[in-house]
Amino acid sequence: MKCAVRFVVVAALWAGPLASAGPGQGAPASAPPSGVVTPAVDSALEARTSAIASQLRCPVCQGLSIQASPSELAQQMRSVVRDQLAAGRSPADVQAYFVSKYGEWILLSPAPRGINLIVYALPVLLVLGGLLAVVLAVRRWTTAPAESVTH
Amino acid sequence: MNWRRASLGVAAALPVIALLAWGMTRDPKDIPSPLPGKSAPSFALSVFAPGQQPLARTIGDTVRLADLRGQVVVLNFWASWCLSCRDEHVTLSAVARRYAGKPIQFLGVLYNDEPVSGTAWIKEMGGQSYASLNDPGARTAIDYGLYGVPETFFLDVHGRVAYKQTGPASAQVLARVADSLLAVAEKDGAPTKRNQ
Repeated sequence: MKCAVRFVVVAALWAGPLASAGPGQGAPASAPPSGVVTPAVDSALEARTSAIASQLRCPVCQGLSIQASPSELAQQMRSVVRDQLAAGRSPADVQAYFVSKYGEWILLSPAPRGINLIVYALPVLLVLGGLLAVVLAVRRWTTAPAESVTH
Repeated sequence: MNWRRASLGVAAALPVIALLAWGMTRDPKDIPSPLPGKSAPSFALSVFAPGQQPLARTIGDTVRLADLRGQVVVLNFWASWCLSCRDEHVTLSAVARRYAGKPIQFLGVLYNDEPVSGTAWIKEMGGQSYASLNDPGARTAIDYGLYGVPETFFLDVHGRVAYKQTGPASAQVLARVADSLLAVAEKDGAPTKRNQ
């Protein structure tokens, strides 16, 4: 018992400084250097930039967005997105800019209109067709033994 | 019954196979540009490689597209790290020299590269007849919807994108497009400016 109490006390003494040091050590690393004030608007701009960049295809990659790609062109395109948003253009304007330069190909999710509707409708139709096939197959399996009995 | 099943299976598989076969015939890197027929994006870029007489420009001069109205413009995006650019370099340089004195302007635009590397590359390749421009941050390249090099844009005398060549341009393509744009300009009676 004495041993157990001693262990708890030692553990508490040992863990105490660590627990207090954890957040304390992390804070300066994430905080801006003294004298540099990062305006809150920058993080909002970054979030908006990321949201748009995630929808734009990287022209020099395979199936990556310009947000996910580390390529130089993707970085430059992200800075174009950031600059246009900072200049007051809406996300739709920024997207329209890239579509006017690269075509609809630049959009990772094509606009749901015209022939693009196939992309959205086909999976739903295939799932429905699959469900129908399953239902028909199950009905056949469940009714077949009864038929064989009657024969 | 088996025949019916087999024909149903074939009927279901055929469109998928046809779609895949069609996909195999397409080059995934061949992305149609929406720019031909539209007004060419404007630019103001500085000269880092002067070119040679009679097409030479001064290093540091700013070339504005707006100032080139009345001339056919051949805009070639290139980089020193681009292997295909080596294939077309001699041809482009020779064709540009051949059209000296006509209302057509050949310009190189450096893409994601350092002017120092570009200058060294031009020297290594034995020179370039026309000037090359620096495009910091690839802003002009993005404005032209570039996704690789080399890409060459032909702009008509009215400042519209007439044609885009993806990959190395051959002498035949360069001459055919340049001649047709010059002929159209002459036929239209568009006021043309001769290059240096």
